[in-house]
Amino acid sequence: MLKHRKQGDALVVCLEGELDHHCAQIVRQEMDRLIEEERPQRLIVDMQGVSFMDSSGIGVLIGRYRTLSRCGGRMAVCNMSPHVERIFQLSGLQRIIEKVR
Amino acid sequence: MVSKNSMRLEFLGCAQNESFARVVISAFAVQLGPTIEEITDVKTAVSEAVTNAIVHGYEGTQGMVVLSACVEDEHVLSVTIEDAGKGIADVEKAMEPFYTTQPEMERSGMGFSVMQTFMDTLEVTSVPGEGTRVRMTKRFGADA
Ligand SMILES: Nc1ncnc2c1ncn2[C@@H]1O[C@H](COP(=O)(O)OP(=O)(O)O)[C@@H](O)[C@H]1O
Ligand SMILES: [Mg+2]
Repeated sequence: MLKHRKQGDALVVCLEGELDHHCAQIVRQEMDRLIEEERPQRLIVDMQGVSFMDSSGIGVLIGRYRTLSRCGGRMAVCNMSPHVERIFQLSGLQRIIEKVR
Repeated sequence: MVSKNSMRLEFLGCAQNESFARVVISAFAVQLGPTIEEITDVKTAVSEAVTNAIVHGYEGTQGMVVLSACVEDEHVLSVTIEDAGKGIADVEKAMEPFYTTQPEMERSGMGFSVMQTFMDTLEVTSVPGEGTRVRMTKRFGADA
């Protein structure tokens, strides 16, 4: 189960562990279930607990960004490690997903 | 002449083994005295290539993946990931950023770009119907 909390009109979801292709499947399901239940205006993905990420993580973020955009919601990320941020930048995600603290 | 240290490992191409491959390459690379960042770069590149073998090469049918590595000299590591899967018809196209044949699986098409960015060299050889071989090298201590 993903840790999450409400923060004003935002839903904060905390990702943990290694975000590779193997783990992406379950993370994707859990995030979609939360989005479905909470229907947030704004989703903030907290990457603090992510110890490893490869391009599968980018797929997860873009996928959730699309889901949210379809219902008029917005998405942001916070607490990326330098490693995660490098992959984020390489994929150009900073152009569509806001970085917050 | 003293032979160069090397390793070769064959494992089943199932998703659990993606993290296993990362642990193995990190453990082998330690002898080159890398920084944490350098180890993370190598782990990330290996993770990409192994994931590709599993999801594209075998398309989930779980064939065997071979991971091998060699200490080329005291600063350079080479890593090779091979599968006997379906192969790539147009390697140049496959390596373009954002190109993916599995958009519905939420693949980002950034795997080869990550490998290219995090390693110093990347060579992809592939024969359709026979398999794919990805060879990468990295020099440690390059920014020191
Ligand atoms: N080992 C492989 N066997 C067959 N096809 C591959 C292999 N590796 C990569 N490909 C092809 O190259 C494309 C690009 O790979 P990559 O950059 O890692 O993006 P992604 O994995 O997100 O699709 C894949 O969509 C696939 O068509
Ligand atoms: Mg890939």
